[in-house]
Amino acid sequence: MYGNDFSAPDDPPGGGLLGEVEAAEAALREAAARARRSGAAPGEDLDAYFADVIEADQKIEPRDWMPDDYRRTLIRQIAQHAHSEIIGMQPEGNWISRAPSLKRKAILLAKVQDEAGHGLYLYAAAETLGIDRDELVELLLSGRQKYSSIFNYPTLTWADVGAIGWLVDGAAIVNQVPLCRCSYGPYARAMIRVCKEESFHQRQGYEILHTLAHGTEGQKAMAQDAVDRWWYPSLAMFGPPDADSTHSAKSMAWKIKRFSNDELRQRFVDMCVGQAEVLGLTLPDPDLRWNDERQAYDYTQPDYDELMQVIKGNGPCNRQRMEHRRRAHTEGAWVREAAAAYAAKRAEKKEKVAA
Amino acid sequence: MTGTHFEFALGLGDDALIAAQRLGEWTSRAPEMEEDIALANIALDQLGAARLLLTYAGELEGAGRDEDALAYLRDDRQFRNCLLVELPNGDFAVTMAKLFFLSAYQLPLYAALAGCADERLAAIGAKARKESAYHLDHAALWVKRLGDGTEESHRRMQAAVDEVWPYVHELFAADPAAPVDPATLRADFDATVADVLDEATLTRPADGWAPGGGRAGVHTEHLSFLLAEMQVLHRAHPGARW
Amino acid sequence: MSKETSPLWEVFVRARRGLSHTHVGSLHAPDAELALRNARDVYTRRQEGVSIWVVPASAITASSPDEKDAFFDPAADKVYRHPTFYEVPDGVAHL
Ligand SMILES: [Fe+2]
Ligand SMILES: [Fe+2]
Repeated sequence: MYGNDFSAPDDPPGGGLLGEVEAAEAALREAAARARRSGAAPGEDLDAYFADVIEADQKIEPRDWMPDDYRRTLIRQIAQHAHSEIIGMQPEGNWISRAPSLKRKAILLAKVQDEAGHGLYLYAAAETLGIDRDELVELLLSGRQKYSSIFNYPTLTWADVGAIGWLVDGAAIVNQVPLCRCSYGPYARAMIRVCKEESFHQRQGYEILHTLAHGTEGQKAMAQDAVDRWWYPSLAMFGPPDADSTHSAKSMAWKIKRFSNDELRQRFVDMCVGQAEVLGLTLPDPDLRWNDERQAYDYTQPDYDELMQVIKGNGPCNRQRMEHRRRAHTEGAWVREAAAAYAAKRAEKKEKVAA
Repeated sequence: MTGTHFEFALGLGDDALIAAQRLGEWTSRAPEMEEDIALANIALDQLGAARLLLTYAGELEGAGRDEDALAYLRDDRQFRNCLLVELPNGDFAVTMAKLFFLSAYQLPLYAALAGCADERLAAIGAKARKESAYHLDHAALWVKRLGDGTEESHRRMQAAVDEVWPYVHELFAADPAAPVDPATLRADFDATVADVLDEATLTRPADGWAPGGGRAGVHTEHLSFLLAEMQVLHRAHPGARW
Repeated sequence: MSKETSPLWEVFVRARRGLSHTHVGSLHAPDAELALRNARDVYTRRQEGVSIWVVPASAITASSPDEKDAFFDPAADKVYRHPTFYEVPDGVAHL
């Protein structure tokens, strides 16, 4: 999912990106080739059967028996991930009309379009669990399901588009790469597809920042300002610290989640430090330093009270994002009705011809 | 190369650029998520064609202007796009009416361009005609669904066709010296429009008012606002690289 | 978009000549024509496909070969979709 900064913190890990995605894809094929077993035998203990499949690193597929809780957890996680992709179109979409060159405009349009595609892949994966997309959309529009809180921050300058690509998509990838190994087949496959596309997103963001950081004084200041504003919200995307994280253990046991929030956050920080140096930009953390003993960077935690406030609906853009989504849905209703009416008329005509 | 070639390439490039800018406004606002992706695809195609055409126009002009100089540093009086593309998006029916008429013009135009003597324009035409075929197909599909859908959608689609129709005439103003004379495309356009409107149970408006002036740089009031938004960042940092 | 008015379609794409169609996901559309258009836009944005099937509950609808050009060529030049298009400055890891 985009992050673990939803109402309910759950989920996964990430790392060396495209290579890891490919490894996950290979592992998926390999596991399939091992073809341990088909469905549960008649009379078999279903819990034991399920545990057996998970234990063997085989994928659970839509028709398999699964514990209700597993199904519910997945539906919520996949749906919230899908909502995040769709709401996530807005902050960057805000700059499509003003992109400063035609090349950047094309890239940004393609990127935001990809996010819509990710949303659809994920809704499709959720639907394999026996829920309809319109129900999920309804849950989003009524505020009963959340999306990643990161998208409740505003994009104030063009450099924010770069910072989102680098940091937000970067954090999303760290979260999502381990999901390519998720025990639920349709989700794992959707994530493999998504991750391959996310790599383009992160690179285009990094390239924007790199260009700005090596441009005029004004551009450089714009880039630094964006990094200053997006750094801590990006760290918060990994969710509350492990000590406060509720559903993690179960998700780990089910191999939905494979790394803890703090492990992923650390991995992200360790990746970003070197990348920031190459950019010539400063991460806004005076206490960021290498810890030789831990072989990792020490860093300042994001403000989790702020995260809780944003989750509760009090971020700078919560209302605006929801209002935007609701309006698009409402204003499109007559078009969807027309398409349905047209299809019904055609089907009727066909029937008459056949009769 | 003649000035006519430059003006011609500029006009087509501006059509595509302004169309892309308008279509891009739909991002995250489409009636259905699948349609969001489709509209972005079409916007990307138009933008791609605009970049090729403006780059070539800049070369023909020989004054050192590249695609971005042409897109970002001209004022509305220097834009050569038709009025049709700069009209606001309106509701989904208006957007589809605009796209339908635009692509029913662009398809035969690019097809003819693909066979013209200017190699660069021919190559651009060959590439863009395939994209236009897809745009026309998509727009026609929606014009039919909205026209023959519900009562409300029929009313909205007919109103959209009525509103946009006057702006199509400008597209076919004769220009015998151009690589493709737009006047020669009208029959093709009329046939496409007749077929689709008929199937959509819509009426083709009577010809009458025929606003024009876009090719001469005399636009509607809308264009200046569109450009102000499109150009604001680029112009705020003169000479910067992006 | 309710279940009856905009049913679910399963999408199958043949990525390259010589391969068989592979299931890639699903989408919603009120009719086959729209389902096919949507499948093209949603699942072949990086030109992965040369042929698409959309399958409702019982029927199979496939794109016909002569539609192929308009359907798939437009994605051919969008190199910026692929991560290798971006210049990554030397010394940047994990991007
Ligand atoms: Fe995404
Ligand atoms: Fe992304």
